[in-house]
Amino acid sequence: MDPLISALYGIPIVGLLFQFGGYLIAILPPVAPILLQSATPLVLAALCGVMCERSGVVNIGIEGMMLTAAFVGWLVGVIVAPMIPADASPIFGATPALLIALVLAVGAAVGVSLLHAWLCISVRADQIISGTIINIAAAGLTAYLYTIVSANSPEGAGNFIAFKPPPAVAELPVVGWLLQMFLNQGPIAMSVLFIVVGFQIWLFRSRWGLRTRAVGEHPRAAETVGIDVIKLRYRNVLYGGILAGLAGAYLSMEATNSFQADMTGGRGFIGLAAMIVGRWTPLGAFGAALLFSSSQALGQVIKFAPPSGDLGSVVGSIPGQFYDALPYIVTIIVLAGFVGRSIPPAADGQPYEREAAT
Amino acid sequence: MRRLWTVAGLPIVSILLGLVVGAFVILGSELLLPDHEFSWTLPITAYAALIEGSIGSFGAIVNTLVATVPLVLAGLSVALGFKAGLFNIGAQGQFLMGALGAVAAGVIVADQPPIVAIPVAMAAGMLAGAAWGFIPGILKAVSGAHEVVTTIMLNYIAISILAWAVSGPLKVPGSPSPITNDVGNAAFPIVIGDNGHMGILIALGMVVIVSWLLNRTTLGFEIRTVGANPDAARYAGMRPRTLIVLTMSMCGLLAGLAGTSIVLGVTHSMTSSFGTTVGFDAIAVALLARSNPYGIIFSGLLFGAMRAGATLMQIEAGIAPELIDVIQATILLFLVAAPVLQRVLRLRGVSGGLGATETITRSYGREAVS
Repeated sequence: MDPLISALYGIPIVGLLFQFGGYLIAILPPVAPILLQSATPLVLAALCGVMCERSGVVNIGIEGMMLTAAFVGWLVGVIVAPMIPADASPIFGATPALLIALVLAVGAAVGVSLLHAWLCISVRADQIISGTIINIAAAGLTAYLYTIVSANSPEGAGNFIAFKPPPAVAELPVVGWLLQMFLNQGPIAMSVLFIVVGFQIWLFRSRWGLRTRAVGEHPRAAETVGIDVIKLRYRNVLYGGILAGLAGAYLSMEATNSFQADMTGGRGFIGLAAMIVGRWTPLGAFGAALLFSSSQALGQVIKFAPPSGDLGSVVGSIPGQFYDALPYIVTIIVLAGFVGRSIPPAADGQPYEREAAT
Repeated sequence: MRRLWTVAGLPIVSILLGLVVGAFVILGSELLLPDHEFSWTLPITAYAALIEGSIGSFGAIVNTLVATVPLVLAGLSVALGFKAGLFNIGAQGQFLMGALGAVAAGVIVADQPPIVAIPVAMAAGMLAGAAWGFIPGILKAVSGAHEVVTTIMLNYIAISILAWAVSGPLKVPGSPSPITNDVGNAAFPIVIGDNGHMGILIALGMVVIVSWLLNRTTLGFEIRTVGANPDAARYAGMRPRTLIVLTMSMCGLLAGLAGTSIVLGVTHSMTSSFGTTVGFDAIAVALLARSNPYGIIFSGLLFGAMRAGATLMQIEAGIAPELIDVIQATILLFLVAAPVLQRVLRLRGVSGGLGATETITRSYGREAVS
């Protein structure tokens, strides 16, 4: 075996690949929590997409909903924190101000999704145009208000902090880093796994899920068996707003404690790509989002803890901007490779009009 | 007169309502300002400054024209996509790549005579933009990946490439900050006022060319047919896949030309903070004009005037230029909710809707062509 391995190492590319594999295995345990953290907003955005599109409403405005929630969460924190001063509680570092901000952030995203639902379902406007307008409006309004509020650099309400599992857990063999990945997290990131599994069961094993899928595939048939298509679509888009709101709140209240203009950075759209690659199922979307986020996490880690040896010199010669662009490049490649085999709900994007009663 | 009302009635009502909402946003944002005495007249002050800064003097009018040039070119890019049933939300990335291509070539030919330097730099910018439009086109034609997602990803990739180029290969050697060399002789000559560059004429020319292409050529007919009904187009012997790739490349070319016009006409060099909202304004420009090339002149002028006047508005009324984005989005909201607007305001005889965009969502997610 030894001569074979040394011969393989002799081929430059193979040697580098071996080194890269070793590097990945070495960094995986400490990086594992970051994987789930960078996946959280993508997963929640993808679930918002699944929620809306399974019922037949295309939602391009997830990005705008996330941005709105991120801004409102931060703004409410800024306003409320001085009114209710409180020490961070031991549970996730939550304070009354943070909880109020979280509720209002999600509420704001639901408000925006109500606008989208009204335009798509009642006005029967083009759904992609409606989502785009929501994105433009949210980006403009949040940037405008942010320049005003941040002019005198106010104190925010801080952010949710990660739960620290006992060190013994991390040292467990094999499962240690997996537990670390799911336990060393703040409240929103930790709940993602439950939301994904719950949503998967709900969508495929419940009456609501069956109705949602029926409306997304063939609304006319669903209506003839007595399902209120309009009401169900409204409800699903509003539920989607909750998920997008959580994704936005995660960015400004858990991942960081501040807001920046355009801080979503296309995550809503990467979430949509994850939804398509995951074939419009919650579990599939979760897997795809993990794939996209691992490229993002890898880019971060290579910058902070570059590998050594030959691999290190190769990696070091690639400009840092490449790693910034990596998640977007991976998204395009995976999307182009998978989309042909991924079939959307049949009535996706089609406004529904009731037949006139005779 | 009646015909004018039919065509422009709804946009005009939407613009007025957008300005009214903008006024309320100004009033609301006053409440957030610390140490600020609430003033009911601030919106009037702001809008007066906006108008003065955009059409108040000869210099202001030239500024408006200069700000309009990239909006018209990028607006044509989005509109051309709409005609083919494609949503080119990635005009921003094509715009950035076009600007980068123009500055890269412009620096090389900076010492050549203008008659050589300008066409070379322009061609490089247009080619770079076209390449950035070709990618989502070929991806859609081959794999069916929807252009809304791929072009957004390409926007972010373009930002990274630009940051790398300006701080790496194109950086002035020894400069402390990331900035490229001047494009020298490749800069557009001034044709009007102090800063009214040749791009104004180019933009007008492109409006005529795109209009001619769409309405007077076989290719334009095929593009419109594919947009209206891909199945019928295929049945008639047209090739939707080829047309999609070709149209996206042309969209990229136009958006790239918009970036070129800013580099060669206004900034003459590029820094890492080179980035505007042109690509997203372009969506508003195209929608407001209902994808009509000549209509884009007017909607481009409107948003160009707002961009040009925003500076004075910030100085005189302390209103951040981002307010323009809010007003723009509100105008679009009223346009998209046109059926409701017509009912509530009892507008008669106006043609509603956004035109030419009904086909966008239809192709979403699935293979639009087969």
